[in-house]
Amino acid sequence: MKIHIKNGRLIDPKNNIDAHLDLFITAGKIIAIGKMPTDFVANQTVDASNLIVCPGLIDLSVRLREPGDEYKASLVSELQAAVAGGVTSLACQPDTDPVLDEPGLVEMLKHRAKQLHLAHVYPLGALTRQLEGKILSEMGELQEAGCVGFSQANTAITDTQVLWRAMEYAATFGHTLFLHAEEPFLARDGVAHDGEVASRLGLKGIPSAAEVLALASMLRIAQETGAKVHISRLSTAEGVAMIRTAKQQGLNISCDVSANHLHLTEHDIAYFDANCHLKPPLRTQRDKEALSAGLKDGTIDAICSDHTPVHDDAKLAPFAEAELGATGLELLLPLTLKWAVDQHVELVQALAHVTKYSAQILGINSGDLSLNSDADICIFDANEYWKVGASSLKSQGKNSPFTGLELAGKVKTTLVHGQIVFQG
Amino acid sequence: MNNPQLDQDGRLRHLLSVEGLPKKILNQILDTAESFVGVAEREVKKVPLLRGKTVCNLFFENSTRTRTTFEIAAKRLSADVISLNVNSSSQSKGETILDTVDNLIAMHADMFVVRHSQSGAAHFIAKHVPPHIHVINAGDGRHSHPTQGLLDVFTIRKYKPDLHNLRVAIVGDILHSRVARSEIHALTTLGVPEVRVIAPKTLLPAQVEKMGVHVYHDMKAGLKDVDVVMMLRLQNERMSGAMLPSSQEYFKTYGLTQDKLRLAKPDAIVLHPGPMNRGVEIDSSVADGVQSVILPQVTYGIAVRMAVMAMLAGSQVAGAKS
Repeated sequence: MKIHIKNGRLIDPKNNIDAHLDLFITAGKIIAIGKMPTDFVANQTVDASNLIVCPGLIDLSVRLREPGDEYKASLVSELQAAVAGGVTSLACQPDTDPVLDEPGLVEMLKHRAKQLHLAHVYPLGALTRQLEGKILSEMGELQEAGCVGFSQANTAITDTQVLWRAMEYAATFGHTLFLHAEEPFLARDGVAHDGEVASRLGLKGIPSAAEVLALASMLRIAQETGAKVHISRLSTAEGVAMIRTAKQQGLNISCDVSANHLHLTEHDIAYFDANCHLKPPLRTQRDKEALSAGLKDGTIDAICSDHTPVHDDAKLAPFAEAELGATGLELLLPLTLKWAVDQHVELVQALAHVTKYSAQILGINSGDLSLNSDADICIFDANEYWKVGASSLKSQGKNSPFTGLELAGKVKTTLVHGQIVFQG
Repeated sequence: MNNPQLDQDGRLRHLLSVEGLPKKILNQILDTAESFVGVAEREVKKVPLLRGKTVCNLFFENSTRTRTTFEIAAKRLSADVISLNVNSSSQSKGETILDTVDNLIAMHADMFVVRHSQSGAAHFIAKHVPPHIHVINAGDGRHSHPTQGLLDVFTIRKYKPDLHNLRVAIVGDILHSRVARSEIHALTTLGVPEVRVIAPKTLLPAQVEKMGVHVYHDMKAGLKDVDVVMMLRLQNERMSGAMLPSSQEYFKTYGLTQDKLRLAKPDAIVLHPGPMNRGVEIDSSVADGVQSVILPQVTYGIAVRMAVMAMLAGSQVAGAKS
């Protein structure tokens, strides 16, 4: 199969390209950029006039709900959502049922995902068995089965000795740990940022200190053990400052922010909007601005969607009882573009946070449009608006804080491994 | 964003929280309540305003006093009243809140009086009912208990009519109190210039000062020269959650005794939303003393609840006409 993508504006953050260049694809690889090879005869031509052609997006935190929670979402529905959102690679969290702590489960998931010929799935294995924070999982075996890193999802390792051993062991073999920083005792039963809004609404709060305390232990132990740690979904201004300092000290760490937290604050909860029941909680305007600044100056490496599809019925309850999470795969691109526009950031720089840097964190050979690289490509119209809602989303999870809003950034074509897997 | 409590013409559609209601509506409720105070003193304690309407008391959390006063209020307005303790029936069988509500709507309930242990439950129900149904929040988690807040300011207004010249102290467990939140919003909206909260740091919500109150940790400083002392109930379970060391120590520091009350103005009044823990947050000599208006609160509570129900039913009639 030979594909010619013509007349598009090519943006490739890794190679620092932002120019009108054609792409030529043969057998799943990019074989030429700009000038057509002399012997090239395209089987298919994609006209990308007035469109942007960029590497397929890479999402660092996705819940596919398989195995076990298929009533919430399925591999098929969510991988269709991924490619509809221009996401061609994603890391999925291990908090499934059963938990992804067995090599067999990981192999099965990889195999099933591969057969669907949609987005690439990179599982994060459970760091501890059953995510209980007690016994290390078989990281070596899990890596062989296809895990690119190890995560505790939303649960914490409360025993610091276990955390220490986990980091030591992971450091021995160069595994990356994906950790969410939240001290579970301070966060106990909390459902919203412990501030003005939670106080007014009478919701139990999660103080910023819950993130700061957990982060302090993680960074300290990472420093002692030399482990490679990725902090998932940072939410506080203090957290950003701590990561900045840690990076200056040369720690082997990276971090991401969820697209929700770049745009929303505690005030978006308004009259108990259960779609804003998220983990970590939406915090203050000051935190939001610090996250944005951190992303701009490179303290925060990547933007993730924190895609967490939830069944509609599970949201039909008072705020604290409504299941937490929001759909995100199809919003990652438009919310990244919105951030770029709001913050006056060049597209080539903004898209780096969902391509180049995300690939580096996962250690995968993707996220760029270099010669001879895999043709995982997203072609989108940056100026076309679409309304977020149940009918416009492919994901089985229809709940989003952005429901009803019109967002710019419509994916037109997605290619995975040189095959067109989505056309919108 | 639309205020879920008001209809398109700015009339009261649901009563979910005091916060977000304009001063005009609060005054309207209080003035309407004034006209209902007399009803209880008549030989026939009934007016026909809600005749033919069905009011459903939907209590997902136990209550005796609030449920009873709502029942009496609805009956004095000639409504048919059903009271359900959902705790002990459907919910234990796994039925969702909305299923329970939908079933009652199918039985042609017109108005729901809702109590639930989760903050936001009344908003949640109000969001999902059809336009002709009215919801009154009778207490949701820590969030709001608007009729209690309103009956408290009604009582204050009875004894201290000039609200613009008052100093009010709210004492006790502000953190867990929907009553305190409702009182604060009612008092600040109606123009009370100084509202104080007095509590240890463990019983104050984060950034409580943003609700427009002055924060005190010391009873002596906080009660100085106040016109009104509003005590809050301290629930026993607060003793087990590392909030407080003991009820004895709490009474010593924050319990209202005659000695402490002497720091307030000589004509200060004392309120308590009930049920009281004598010897924990309030001394019996104060609760039963001359400055206490705790029983009048209960009486006025019925008038205020009648006013709210009458206004909600009235807005529906007006809405149907237009």
